[in-house]
Amino acid sequence: MIERDYDVVIVGSGAGGGTVAQELAPLVRAGKKVVVFEQGPKLEDHEFTGRELEMSADLYEDGGGFLTADGTMTLAFGRAYGGSTVVYTGTSLIAPSRVIRRWSVPGLDFADVERRSQKYMAENSVHFLPRVLINENNKLFAEGCARAGYHAEQFPLNLKGCKGSGLCNLGCPNAAKMGTNRVQLPNAEAEGVEVVTRAEVRRLEDHCAIVHVTEKAPGRKGLPSTWAPGEYRVRARMIVLCGGPIGTPTLLLRSPVTAAIKGVGRGFTCHPAHILVAEHDRPITNDVGHPKSYFLDRAADEGYVLETCMYFPFVTAKNLTGFGQEHARFMLRFPRLQMILVLACDGAIPENRVTVDKAGKPVVHYTFSPPVIKSFVAATRAAARIFFAAGAVRVHAPEAQPTAIDRRDAYRVDDLITAANFLPGRTSVSAAHLMGGCGMGRGPRSVTDSRGRVAGFPWLRVADASLFPDALEINPYLTIMALADRVAEGVRNEVGAMSTVHAA
Amino acid sequence: MAEHVLEPVRPIFRAIATAIVPELRSASANTWTELESQIERALAERPAPMRRQLTSFLRLLDWWSVPRHGRRLTKLDEAKRNALLESLERHPLLLIRRGIWGVRTLVFLGYYTRDDVMTFIGYRGHKDGWSARPEAQRERPAATPQDVGIVHKRPLV
Repeated sequence: MIERDYDVVIVGSGAGGGTVAQELAPLVRAGKKVVVFEQGPKLEDHEFTGRELEMSADLYEDGGGFLTADGTMTLAFGRAYGGSTVVYTGTSLIAPSRVIRRWSVPGLDFADVERRSQKYMAENSVHFLPRVLINENNKLFAEGCARAGYHAEQFPLNLKGCKGSGLCNLGCPNAAKMGTNRVQLPNAEAEGVEVVTRAEVRRLEDHCAIVHVTEKAPGRKGLPSTWAPGEYRVRARMIVLCGGPIGTPTLLLRSPVTAAIKGVGRGFTCHPAHILVAEHDRPITNDVGHPKSYFLDRAADEGYVLETCMYFPFVTAKNLTGFGQEHARFMLRFPRLQMILVLACDGAIPENRVTVDKAGKPVVHYTFSPPVIKSFVAATRAAARIFFAAGAVRVHAPEAQPTAIDRRDAYRVDDLITAANFLPGRTSVSAAHLMGGCGMGRGPRSVTDSRGRVAGFPWLRVADASLFPDALEINPYLTIMALADRVAEGVRNEVGAMSTVHAA
Repeated sequence: MAEHVLEPVRPIFRAIATAIVPELRSASANTWTELESQIERALAERPAPMRRQLTSFLRLLDWWSVPRHGRRLTKLDEAKRNALLESLERHPLLLIRRGIWGVRTLVFLGYYTRDDVMTFIGYRGHKDGWSARPEAQRERPAATPQDVGIVHKRPLV
């Protein structure tokens, strides 16, 4: 096994890891050694083709098909240089103050989260998409909301030079989305932070990461790793875990040195989501233009958020409920389809958790609670009203039986869309906003404090969405960056005061 | 071998696939070969137990209709086959519902990722976005000065 020494090891390169890497660059200027290990590949710009299957295979864990233990929900998370920031839509919202207050994490207040979030909004060129670039799929949502008595808001987005390919979830083919792969990681590398891709941290030891670097497989995308394939023992003064709510608890649980930490993996939560599709009587612009311009925030009142969205043929087909003639009828009218993403807000409970199997692979135990199903139903009814108010002639609603609701039945949506029709395993549910598992706070359920410190492990930090002690109720990447910034600040101060490692 | 997961259950798979995507009733031999190859490639990335579960589940589905209809699923007429699969999609046992969901997902993966199918359904996603759609560009309104600007707060529409 090859041995190497660093001052700081960062595990993961997404919203958390990319931020920490950039914020620790001053340490490198001061002579310290910092390295980032990313399990996925680094793609070259020309490799972002927008083709559904090939991009999913190279950018998502399990090609985007990672399932919860009972197989009722798909979890989508990135595995590439830049992590999930390569495959999100760039929506940049500051955490709601009510959520930060409810978290009640000692030492963490909304003003601090807001200040740090604003720093990254400026850094990532966050702005409103000009109206000239908003397509009909989005405009119809805003119009439908207004007519149905809802209050839609516009998403700030972190784009620079968006051409409106609509392919955000397959990695922007025009390098227009300002994820950590475009901003923070290049900044960090320019300052001398090393980023090693195709490098999986298999386990932790005391002040040490055991890393497995893999060779690029034939026919796959991405650059080869800068390190030769093989096993490495990497010693460090500090190890910062940024592998996300699946990766970080998994690594802690499969490492003998940390496996006994209480609460790790517990309190995993997410925003379970499904898509609703409506058919208009004419083609609309839907597969061109940024897919996500507006949202309706009903989290505080009814436990859900509606967002505009537009997916690709396979993902759309998969996420509709059912099959056969009715399903095909919607798919055949693709240019007439309007889409809304329903996100349910689910409070963290200990029973929903990440564990590891005998092979050390993550297993996510998650059950749809009655409040989540209630939120889904309320959200689906609202979305159906918005669709019809926008002029749709037919709506596909997973919680209706049959799933298609014609315009003439628009007045009956409350009767047709019911909790009894929500059948786990039949209704397609997926989640991309994964949270918790190493929750901040004080008390028996908390794993970390507000600076990402793990009690009893002074060499260990957590700086990703696993820090969230509960659901955020909005798109999370900006809050992850804000929290990672806090963690990085502490690491910078602490490691900056240490002597420098010299062994290579 | 992962490359031949569907081979021993091909007639069952095709009967079910046709119920899931009705357009496959008129699929050519070449289309079937390409579709199944695509699915085989996806299955090759999945754990071996999952591949075995798939073939077992397809065989189970084939025999499921015997107690009620006296015939295997592959021998049923289209209407009965569709009705059976739709009832299984809502079966009380999660395991059955999950199985149906998994099979339909594989069929969709093989079918809706094909270039000819994307064209057929009218999907026109292109990396050049608006530039590749001049007819859509013509319908867009002109930009106004307030359209662009850095924002730091959640705004209202």
